[in-house]
Amino acid sequence: MSIAQQTATGAVALRTEHLGRRVADVSVVTDISLDVYHGEMLGIVGASGSGKSSLLRLLNRLDEPTSGTVFLDGQDYRQFSPRELRRRVGMVTQRPFLFPGKVAGNVRFGPSQRGEVLADEDIARLLERVGLPGFTAREVTNLSGGEQQRVSLARALANRPEILLLDEPTSALDEQAKMGVEQLICSLVKDTSLTCVMVTHDRDQARRMCDRVALMEAGRLIQYGKPAEVLGA
Amino acid sequence: MLKSLFHTQLTLGFAQAGIASVLALAVVLLARRRNIHLESDAAIALLRGIVQIVAVGSILALLLKSPRWTSVFLLTGMVLAAGSISARRAKNIPGARKVSTYSIAAGAGLVTAIMTWAGVIDTAITSLIPVGSMIIANAMNTNGLALNRFRSEVLAHAGEIETALALGAAPEHTVASYAESSIHASLIPAIDNLRSLGIVWIPGLMTGMLLSGADPLYAAIYQFVVIAMILASSGLTSLLSTMMIRNHAFSPAEQLVLKSSG
Repeated sequence: MSIAQQTATGAVALRTEHLGRRVADVSVVTDISLDVYHGEMLGIVGASGSGKSSLLRLLNRLDEPTSGTVFLDGQDYRQFSPRELRRRVGMVTQRPFLFPGKVAGNVRFGPSQRGEVLADEDIARLLERVGLPGFTAREVTNLSGGEQQRVSLARALANRPEILLLDEPTSALDEQAKMGVEQLICSLVKDTSLTCVMVTHDRDQARRMCDRVALMEAGRLIQYGKPAEVLGA
Repeated sequence: MLKSLFHTQLTLGFAQAGIASVLALAVVLLARRRNIHLESDAAIALLRGIVQIVAVGSILALLLKSPRWTSVFLLTGMVLAAGSISARRAKNIPGARKVSTYSIAAGAGLVTAIMTWAGVIDTAITSLIPVGSMIIANAMNTNGLALNRFRSEVLAHAGEIETALALGAAPEHTVASYAESSIHASLIPAIDNLRSLGIVWIPGLMTGMLLSGADPLYAAIYQFVVIAMILASSGLTSLLSTMMIRNHAFSPAEQLVLKSSG
């Protein structure tokens, strides 16, 4: 039984079992077993180079594990096509990498890959939800860093993911924009019971936002539990 | 001046090659003064060039006495070598050599075969080998340019590509615009050659035909035919190689494997 099962309740949304990845004979992620529960915000914390982002990239199979696997709702994630898996496990990265053009085009992108056309009112609703009402026709080049990251969130949410992976989503933002995006993510998780796994190097942010925290060092999971237990008060 | 010093065609040829190489090396030394270091690349390329062309000349001398079908083997050898050379421009892309060889074989092979069948290229070894080699060499250059551009574009836009993958996009869709720009960029020299034909340059084939006494107008038109064939084979090669290589940039699990560190 994992530490998570001992300390948390609820159904497991995502489970990693002995997950590992070696690159050119160097182990970047080593033997990670953890559970992520439905509706929780799990923080992955550690110093630079500790393997946080490498672990996150294994969770939506952007990189291939060299050992172990991931279970999504109890099923080995290799049973899903990569596209289906990535629709269900969305991702927001440190840099938003918005596609050239209008905000609406970015929000439409994910559903359009499956041949779905997102209605204008759905786009407007999503943008309103991320605090950008009336931004549909705006060119992405005219957006601030904080606004771009909000569009990136709306774009990921348009796919209706069950789990959202957040890789340092506020680290490229100024303090004011950072607090805004942080509050937005917290309200999204609270309002929609979205399951989130967030990588952050900022321990204070992890304390503020996360239900539980996994502390990584040199590719290994060294501590796992409530933020106050792992990171101190 | 050289003709008075060297009395056989062969010694004269080597002396002329020496002077051309000295001139090329002088430019390399000039570049060095501007901190552009091409010394070893240029020296090796010049040495390889003379050895290879003398070897081909020797083989041609032998082949001239052989049956016509032997040219097929020589052209096939050229395609294999061209595939290997231009694949180096696609460093880190798995399968680049195979993709390059197939693309050059299809692009150059198809155009050469059609034009030979139509009687545009004579089946005599003295015609088929030089024209065929020109088509293969240009297909090789275009292929190298296309793969190199594609590789650079993918490396420069890895973030955008992985973002699109993470949103559930198909791998070929994530690199479609980069593949298009690679094809376009690779064909610029071939298009410019056609555009500037006769105005900026008079290509070697036409010069050779004129020297051997062909009608100047026919030599000019035939030169256009060759450059147009080169554009056709280069275009087909570039199109095929870019289409094939984009699949090699991803793993079967739709992960971007072409990375700057890889």
